[in-house]
Amino acid sequence: MKKLAVLLFASLLGATAHAAEYKIDTKGSHAFIQFRIKHLGYSWLYGRFDDFNGTFNYDDKAPEKSSVNVNIDVTSVDSNHAERDKHLRSADFLNVAEFPTATFKSTSFEPLGDGKAKLTGDLTLHGVTKPITIDVTNIGGGNDPWGGVRQGFSGKTEFPLKDFGIDYNLGPASQTVEMLLDIEGVKI
Amino acid sequence: MSVRGSKTQYGWLAIVLHWLMAPAIIGLFFLGWWMRSLTYYDAWYREGPILHKSIGILLLAVLLVRLLWKLMDRSPAAEAGTPRWQALAARLTHVALYALLLVIMTSGYLISTADGRPIEVFDWFSVPATIQGIVHQEDIAGQVHKFLAWSLMALVSLHALAALKHHFIDRDATLRRMLGLAPKPDNSTTLTTQ
Repeated sequence: MKKLAVLLFASLLGATAHAAEYKIDTKGSHAFIQFRIKHLGYSWLYGRFDDFNGTFNYDDKAPEKSSVNVNIDVTSVDSNHAERDKHLRSADFLNVAEFPTATFKSTSFEPLGDGKAKLTGDLTLHGVTKPITIDVTNIGGGNDPWGGVRQGFSGKTEFPLKDFGIDYNLGPASQTVEMLLDIEGVKI
Repeated sequence: MSVRGSKTQYGWLAIVLHWLMAPAIIGLFFLGWWMRSLTYYDAWYREGPILHKSIGILLLAVLLVRLLWKLMDRSPAAEAGTPRWQALAARLTHVALYALLLVIMTSGYLISTADGRPIEVFDWFSVPATIQGIVHQEDIAGQVHKFLAWSLMALVSLHALAALKHHFIDRDATLRRMLGLAPKPDNSTTLTTQ
């Protein structure tokens, strides 16, 4: 009996370290999809998407097998200014009436060591699907105080808005948007 | 001319309020339409909305004064010889114009105050937010504002065309009395032909 318990415990421990699927913790809001773009070239303007969901697979023994899927409700764009958000949702920018959802599906995960990696995948935004590469850092992971297992990452990428068919003229310094992605997943 | 209206005449206050609001309403429509087409680097990209909101709030105040005054005032009856359906249509149009104006200005207010920011009326004073934080409030209010503004312009056209019809075709005093002019001395002969 004691042997069985030890075995069970060992296998549980093993499971935490092996391939596992994680649900992005949007419920507890330990995940943020933020962006920033220069205003006139003089300062950074920050915004975020409040509603999204997704899952990822991560195995710290074989990180190259990691994958991630995220769906973003584009109508939830929030830059802390109602009139600007209304404009961002309009056909000048995100055109949420026609394209209410953005998705990211990873195609490869290339570990670079030291918890860093290059995550490549297809981003569908504004009805346009294009591959993007996200610089990822594994911030940490392990047991949480409430009996769950968590894993968290920080990612950064940038792309010209034009690439996704958004060509409203914000000026020469504001062509490129930076995405700041911070997600924590809870093991399913 | 009396401040109050009579059976045949508008009072001067009603006339002043009418002609104060008419250009403001039409002007706000075209300003609103035009300013939405401006690009980020246009000088009027910021000035347009500031002017639109400031005049809009002042117009709302004038509208409330006008509605209050209308309760106390006496409006002249339809010109003699006007068919019943026309008199009724005119009344319904007037009520609809007031109702549309109220809802349009309220929805405009709800766009700009959706996140709790006040509306600055020029640099004089600001109107604080009240109802705020409804999910997508600015978008819903925006749709209402736009759709009803176009509806209002349709009704305004009807209203203006009807006034011109009274003046040039029926040759009655309907438009003249809103201009504060005396009824034509010879119009009694044409009135009866209706």
